[in-house]
Amino acid sequence: MKKFLSGNEAFAEGIRLARPEVISAYPITPQTIVVERLSEMVEDGSLTAEYVHVESEHSALSCAIGASAAGARAFTATSSQGLLYMAECLYYAAGGRFPIVMMNADRSTALPWNIYGDQRDSLSQLDSGWIQAYAENAQEALDLALMSYKIAEDKRVSTPFMANLDGFVLTHTYETVDIPSREKADRFLPPYETDNRIDFENPKNMAFSAGPDTNYIFKYKEHEGVLAAREVISETEREFADIFGRQYTGLIESYRADDADYVIVTLGSIAGLCRETADKLRENGVKAGVVRIRYVRPFPNKEIADALRNVKAYAVLEKDISFGNEGTVFTNVNSALKKAGVTVNGYNFIGGLGGKNISAGDIEKIYSDIAKGTESVNFIGIGGEDNG
Amino acid sequence: MNEIIWLGRGGQGAFTAAKLLGAAYTIGGEKYALAFPSFGPERRGAPVRAFTKLDTKPVVDRSQTEKADYIVILDDTLYSPQLHELLKDAGRIIVNSKNSIDGVIAFDAEKIAAGFRLPTVNTVMLGLLAGISGIVTAAEASAAVTGYMPQKIQERNINALTKAAEEAVR
Repeated sequence: MKKFLSGNEAFAEGIRLARPEVISAYPITPQTIVVERLSEMVEDGSLTAEYVHVESEHSALSCAIGASAAGARAFTATSSQGLLYMAECLYYAAGGRFPIVMMNADRSTALPWNIYGDQRDSLSQLDSGWIQAYAENAQEALDLALMSYKIAEDKRVSTPFMANLDGFVLTHTYETVDIPSREKADRFLPPYETDNRIDFENPKNMAFSAGPDTNYIFKYKEHEGVLAAREVISETEREFADIFGRQYTGLIESYRADDADYVIVTLGSIAGLCRETADKLRENGVKAGVVRIRYVRPFPNKEIADALRNVKAYAVLEKDISFGNEGTVFTNVNSALKKAGVTVNGYNFIGGLGGKNISAGDIEKIYSDIAKGTESVNFIGIGGEDNG
Repeated sequence: MNEIIWLGRGGQGAFTAAKLLGAAYTIGGEKYALAFPSFGPERRGAPVRAFTKLDTKPVVDRSQTEKADYIVILDDTLYSPQLHELLKDAGRIIVNSKNSIDGVIAFDAEKIAAGFRLPTVNTVMLGLLAGISGIVTAAEASAAVTGYMPQKIQERNINALTKAAEEAVR
């Protein structure tokens, strides 16, 4: 069934189809509509779940951890400072190997106070042990909601999943989405079953402490779980395509990058404008391409190195800055190339902070800047700096 | 691609009109639309901008419209001549106003809205846009109202926008 929905509403439809058993949420700013829609679904009976209003984001994720430890499929959502307030619990969820799914509306962090979109909230939590996906449009958001549980709950992975939607530009923008049937969704995603749960018949110690003798082994296992998601994401997307007919491309999505001289590497909802700009430049003989990072954890090291191996220059465009250095995605991309022995000129473009509009002209300028060479780190609307 | 900028004040339903236009345009399933507000905290009475982008292929450019085919203004205190700079060459501005204004299509939308006991002019302006531009038909706009507005206000809004579309053609 096709409907004209916002990114938030599309994600809520995907979660309804995934049948979570517990939804815990703090409903006040910077929360988004996704949890309001889910509360309406629980009220009207179209979703059977325990809906728990909590007093903070810290409690929202704590509640989801408790639910998951009881063997339930759990969901929560947050944004911006709410995610940061949750930060302590992010590590508990990942270390406890609880496959919770969370939608994060990517929004700016304080101060100055601002509720508009950028990616500084989620990118600041890359080391928390969660899988991190970034959707481009409302359809992909809905589809990610369904796929996220299948990936997170796979025994090889057992890792929580953060689905990121750019604040406002995706979460509050309306477009047509195809909502799959309940029958197909149930065929794709079976109920959650796990041994990692409280069981009175088979008691065991959970969420325990581990000293220096064993702690590092748990941390390595946690790392392996996130890495295992690489293969599980591919398998899940193949199965998704078989049932729903929509194809996804794994950790990255390349667009006209195969023979490109100049490529913008980016993530989230700005990728569409980058592709359109690349098309326009190609008409004028400039070999432009785009690589959209769909998953920042696990990081697509190999895929990015392969995509950029033969380009003349690349830009990393992100709505993020790690103060005193550069954009975090740029750091990650450069590491991928270094490990693969790829030496290509790369430049960082930081834009869209605090919701600043990124225009077609801005994207065109990125392509022309990297073609003639520019400073290593460039702030759109401000200027560049050579911090190497 | 057709791009429409909506201007109104918080509470007048400019963003609802932007959404309804997108829903109306895509109702046949073969066309594509994006509708979004000029994001931010919503306050009653504060100026609000909303955007609808319409195309026969998927709309992937999510940036704010720089040049519009139509600017639809729900409150004439928000009109200023500088708005013409936001128009494409053949672009037009449609304003809800009791007075005539040079270079724009002024229409007393409140009069039509009042005739159907509607406190806001958003669906009337949608009807006017439909009648003037032909981007969507009044029937498509009515179907969007049926799909996306609360049931108890559907009939009045459909009648109002249909009347507005007819008057605009005349």
